[in-house]
Amino acid sequence: MTIYLPIAELPVAIFTIFAMGLAVGFISGMFGVGGGFLMTPLLIFTGVPPAVAVASVSPYMAASSLSGALSYWRKGMMDMPLAGVLLAGGLLGTVAGVLLFLFLRTIGQVDLAIRVSYTLLLGAIGTLMLVESLRAIRRARRGEPAVVRRPGTRAWFMRLPLKMRFRRSRIYISAVPVVGLGFIIGLLGAVLGVGGGFILVPALIYLLKVPTQTAVGTSLVLTLVTMAAATVLHAEANGTVDVVLAFVLMVGGTMGAQFGARTGQTLKAENLRLLLGLLVLSVALRVAADLVSRPPDAFAVTIVEPLP
Amino acid sequence: MIPRRLAGALVAAGLACGAAPGLARADRLVLSVSQPEVRITSGFTGADLVLFGVAEPEGATGAADVVVTVRGPRETFITWRKTRILGLWVNSDSRTFLEVPAFLSVQSSRPTAEMAGTDALRAGQIGLERNIFMQRVGTDFADSVPTDLFRSAFLRIQSAQGFYGENPRGVSFLAPNVFRSEISIPGTAPLGRYEIEVALLRAGRVSATATTTFNVQKTGFEQKIAEFSQHNGLLYGLAVALGSLVVGFFGNLLFRKE
Repeated sequence: MTIYLPIAELPVAIFTIFAMGLAVGFISGMFGVGGGFLMTPLLIFTGVPPAVAVASVSPYMAASSLSGALSYWRKGMMDMPLAGVLLAGGLLGTVAGVLLFLFLRTIGQVDLAIRVSYTLLLGAIGTLMLVESLRAIRRARRGEPAVVRRPGTRAWFMRLPLKMRFRRSRIYISAVPVVGLGFIIGLLGAVLGVGGGFILVPALIYLLKVPTQTAVGTSLVLTLVTMAAATVLHAEANGTVDVVLAFVLMVGGTMGAQFGARTGQTLKAENLRLLLGLLVLSVALRVAADLVSRPPDAFAVTIVEPLP
Repeated sequence: MIPRRLAGALVAAGLACGAAPGLARADRLVLSVSQPEVRITSGFTGADLVLFGVAEPEGATGAADVVVTVRGPRETFITWRKTRILGLWVNSDSRTFLEVPAFLSVQSSRPTAEMAGTDALRAGQIGLERNIFMQRVGTDFADSVPTDLFRSAFLRIQSAQGFYGENPRGVSFLAPNVFRSEISIPGTAPLGRYEIEVALLRAGRVSATATTTFNVQKTGFEQKIAEFSQHNGLLYGLAVALGSLVVGFFGNLLFRKE
């Protein structure tokens, strides 16, 4: 059964799109990542023009992150003040990211720059998570106690001025690194076209020592707000949001996110981190493989989009 | 690497042929297309049109050959070539094809190469390969030779995606001077105005040409959505964003563990 997409201007198999929403929604609910870094390439692979794919994934991510976020909110695994401070930085980062993107376009090879930085970023984060979680799992197997957090072992960036207490995350740290983190997430989101959850969750866990579950819940709030805003911006600026595509995706995505969030809460924190590490690393390897392996066709055709 | 002079001459020949139908033409062609408008609804997966044609051989003799060329709306394409630089495959050089048909189908009663001499075929843009694909070459505009790597890659990729195609058995004669051809529009076809050009050849010469058009356009819900998103982008975006929150909220309620 196919359905015609009015903005993308092509017919797609409705159940394929639905299943993609379901699968990516599951992952996004489980790990608290938006899933954009998986969904956008999948859509482009099915023939949706890149501009429409990027824009239509935003409302999908807003829906599935709200669906997931509500579950975490009910369980009290969400830190609203932390999300607020992160958002403040994120907003600044988005503006800087849009400017950086324009600069990259003027010097050419924006595509290459994106793919190389994607590989390096995901590869580094994935490897770090993998190593850390394997160590934690091994420690648990041997019956050794987990490393106890002591106030004296705080990193220098947590002891900067403007200290804030984030009760839900059980941390008392300077607001400066939190805003900085938000800024980096916003910057990367604008340049790479991803929600940034897969960077934010590990950063919250490892750098700011937020408990894993709370990190996931807080990341979902951030994704929700930025993606709702991105939907409106894309629709107004480019007119590339396909409501039919987004709707089919989000129905699958919200269902998937529910099951994902439930599964995520039953998993041990270190196992969850191990799985996310593997996922991030495999995406990095996939992008890297595209860069270094001989393409089946050395030629490719792109349509020059008429300027709106 | 592109012989500009030759290409320029080709273009000039093509234009001259179109502009001055002064050659002795004996036939009169009448065309009829089954659907002047292809309407896209939510279940659209493509359409098949039938073209009927009648030749009135006013004094002309000899067997007739017919070529039906369908050209979709024009768009600009870039063909990229990847090369290996420092171990990475990157887009290294490109050619821009300016305002070329986004859909191009050539159907004929027998292989076009057998119908006439190369010059006559090129002049009439008869056959997929012999259509003009204008490129920007520096500050100049020209079509390149058929063996050009970028040009053949462009044709190959467009054909693989179903946008370009050639069928040497696509036109059948119902009677000596009555022919029929089926035109398949894929679901992914570009929207807009399509031009059908029919050339009738007798004894290696173009005896008559005729054109007709049809439109591919959205209708009903699809059309309303597209228009709304174009004219009221902000409102459309807000509606989609709000809708996504509603879906997310109810999705959570429905699947909540009691």
